[in-house]
Amino acid sequence: MNRALSELLTGLPPLLASHIALTLSAVTAGVVIALPLSLAAIRWPKLAYFLLAATTLVQTIPGLALLALMVPLIAATGGLFVGASAFGFTPAVIALSLYALLPILRNAVTGLLGVDDAAVEAARGMGMSPRQLFFDVELPLAAPVIAAGVRTAATWTVGAATLATPVGQRCLGNYIFAGLQTRNFPMVLIGVAAASLLALLLDLGLAGIERGLAARRAGLVLGACAGLVLLLGAGLASARLSSPKPSAAPADPPATARATAPTEHHPAVTKVRLGAKTFTEQYILVAVLRRLLEAQGIAVEVAESLGSTVVFDALRHGDVDAYVDYSGTIFANVMKRQAGGSRWQVDAEVAAYLGREEHVRDLGTLGFENAYALAVRRETAERLGLRSIADLAGPAASLRIAGDYEFFGRPEWASVRDTYRLHFKSQTSFDPALLYEALLKDESDVVAVFSSDGRIAADNLVVLADPAAALPPYDAILLLGPRVSDDALVVCALSVLRDSIPVGLMRQANQSVDRAVDKASPAQAAAWLLEQAKIAPGACRPR
Amino acid sequence: MRMIHFDAVSKLYANTTAWALHPTTFTIEAGELMVLLGESGSGKTTLLKMVNRLVQPSSGAVRVFERDVREQDPISLRRGMGYVIQNVGLFPHFNVADNVAVVPRLLKWPESQVRERVDELLERVGLSAAEYRARAPHQLSGGQRQRVGIARALAARPKILLLDEPFGALDALTRANLQLELRRLHEALGLTTLLVTHDLAEALTLADRIAVLRSGELRQLGTPAQLLHAPADAYVAELIQSVVAQAARVSELARRASS
Repeated sequence: MNRALSELLTGLPPLLASHIALTLSAVTAGVVIALPLSLAAIRWPKLAYFLLAATTLVQTIPGLALLALMVPLIAATGGLFVGASAFGFTPAVIALSLYALLPILRNAVTGLLGVDDAAVEAARGMGMSPRQLFFDVELPLAAPVIAAGVRTAATWTVGAATLATPVGQRCLGNYIFAGLQTRNFPMVLIGVAAASLLALLLDLGLAGIERGLAARRAGLVLGACAGLVLLLGAGLASARLSSPKPSAAPADPPATARATAPTEHHPAVTKVRLGAKTFTEQYILVAVLRRLLEAQGIAVEVAESLGSTVVFDALRHGDVDAYVDYSGTIFANVMKRQAGGSRWQVDAEVAAYLGREEHVRDLGTLGFENAYALAVRRETAERLGLRSIADLAGPAASLRIAGDYEFFGRPEWASVRDTYRLHFKSQTSFDPALLYEALLKDESDVVAVFSSDGRIAADNLVVLADPAAALPPYDAILLLGPRVSDDALVVCALSVLRDSIPVGLMRQANQSVDRAVDKASPAQAAAWLLEQAKIAPGACRPR
Repeated sequence: MRMIHFDAVSKLYANTTAWALHPTTFTIEAGELMVLLGESGSGKTTLLKMVNRLVQPSSGAVRVFERDVREQDPISLRRGMGYVIQNVGLFPHFNVADNVAVVPRLLKWPESQVRERVDELLERVGLSAAEYRARAPHQLSGGQRQRVGIARALAARPKILLLDEPFGALDALTRANLQLELRRLHEALGLTTLLVTHDLAEALTLADRIAVLRSGELRQLGTPAQLLHAPADAYVAELIQSVVAQAARVSELARRASS
């Protein structure tokens, strides 16, 4: 088998297992919450109206937004008043069980209201207590309809659970998000196929239960239950049975490294949790961090494809220990500062602010910038004589501009627009993966690109100069969270990255992953990057 | 002995203005088969349901076994009397035997005794136990279903049997058969039976005494003979006249056919 494909397949079981665990927890929570609510609802019709309206409202919130909203919500309530983590499993399972409520609640109410009145009257007349009436008559008679609701909820949840990746919960969405961003379509297909297959088998099993309940065939119900337990059990167990080392990680750290006594002053962190946002460069850099730490015998856990604000919040709260961010992002989004100031000024202010306000250690710049820049096709630049953004002021009225989802809402767009008095004919938001396509296919004339993107060179684009410094600097900076910021070994292992990656190198690495043919995996690109930057991992004295 | 006594009971249902039942007093003696006769809205079902506390009187009191039902636990009160309704209300998720066994099991009878009782009762209501005990309710005809309904009501040897239009949904022949069998069961088991119907012929066939109700008022209480010979008011007279005319027409036809 193709090596890249076999690596993808070995990496699948842990994702599948946590996807199943997430789905099961959410649907179970949905059932546990919805059934008592449905009981209350059939006693008080006004409550039923309110509950169904509320759950329908939840249903109209797009899944991705609902999941992302959970993170600040949990953080703002002090972890739901019990110190729950606002990262990963908790927000994911809450959002998904909210999502699962509607079909379960609606079917339970319909099912319970639909129980034959004569059977209920006979049961009461025969002297059944309210409890016996419910468990011996109403519940069994409504069971097939309730089961159908659970079935709908389960298949929805399998699908919606793929959106849990950006809040830090590992699931099949990891393959889908990462695959889309790095244009690795086999990866996307494997993630999608696994999720579809899981949904299909789950549906089949639950359909068996539903039919068994309707036909009152205990054998069918038990058989379908057994099938489901087997399916889900096998999925959960697959993570353990599959090769203990996932895909790209080099051999397990030598036992000696861990066996050496930890120094007394540093409470040794047993596992460092690394974060990455949702784009190619981040996938490569997290692989770089992973290599450096593992070479020192430090165990590592990676959460990829996180939302930009999610990962910073996770770092502050100690759910993520290290990741690479960009000075301008912190400057604008966290410090709420307007653009302005030179590259080194911004770097210094960001480092000082993070240490003072957030207890986050800025380990320094990596040596390249990944800033927003405006780029055009070479042909456009030559035809209109464009060299800097200032040259756009006149022709802008007949040009179309495109950016990623964030760009037009960010202060730097306002800044560049107002500084150079730009009025474009139209402005469109695209997924970053499609931005370059839009430019090459002549769907747009000017795009906001990232300056370290390998496709700038590959697609022969011209980046327009910014003489008025309207776009803030975006130096890549390495951030350490409170758990590891004073861990000498972690600091030493990662410090080798300081100012060691020139932008040209980063572009080439990005391009090797993004290109359509002869693609490298982020892990391979990371190895190449370290080699080119002449960084030898594992040089620190073990603790 | 006064088995059931209605003491000035009345009923005004919530969110309504018309009385479903005006204050009404009468007694059902032990061993009596009393029919509550009336059109829909006459208050007959309301009266019946006061006996097993499915309906609470707005005023007055119901005494069963010489005790106010309000002082009795509704659950055990109901388990001590059989209840049969027009739509039978067999549990579709139970087979015939399990349906009949509901109350004995609620009363925690030993399982061997339950099984014995179920078989005995099925035979009593004219169903072969061997053939029917494992059937599902939906595999039965309407008449068979109501036979099971009656067996279920009698399972725990109640002293009182309440029936709310039990034969209303059955065809004429099945109805006639079941009426006779009910009367037989009533005698054989020494029951006190209260039966609600709108069918005067049924009432005349079955009843020891008939209570005629209209618009929540008791118009007449008497034996079938008393009703036939001395109707208390114009309504009862008209009611009786309709059946008498029918019967006369039928015997006239029969006489002509045979001559």
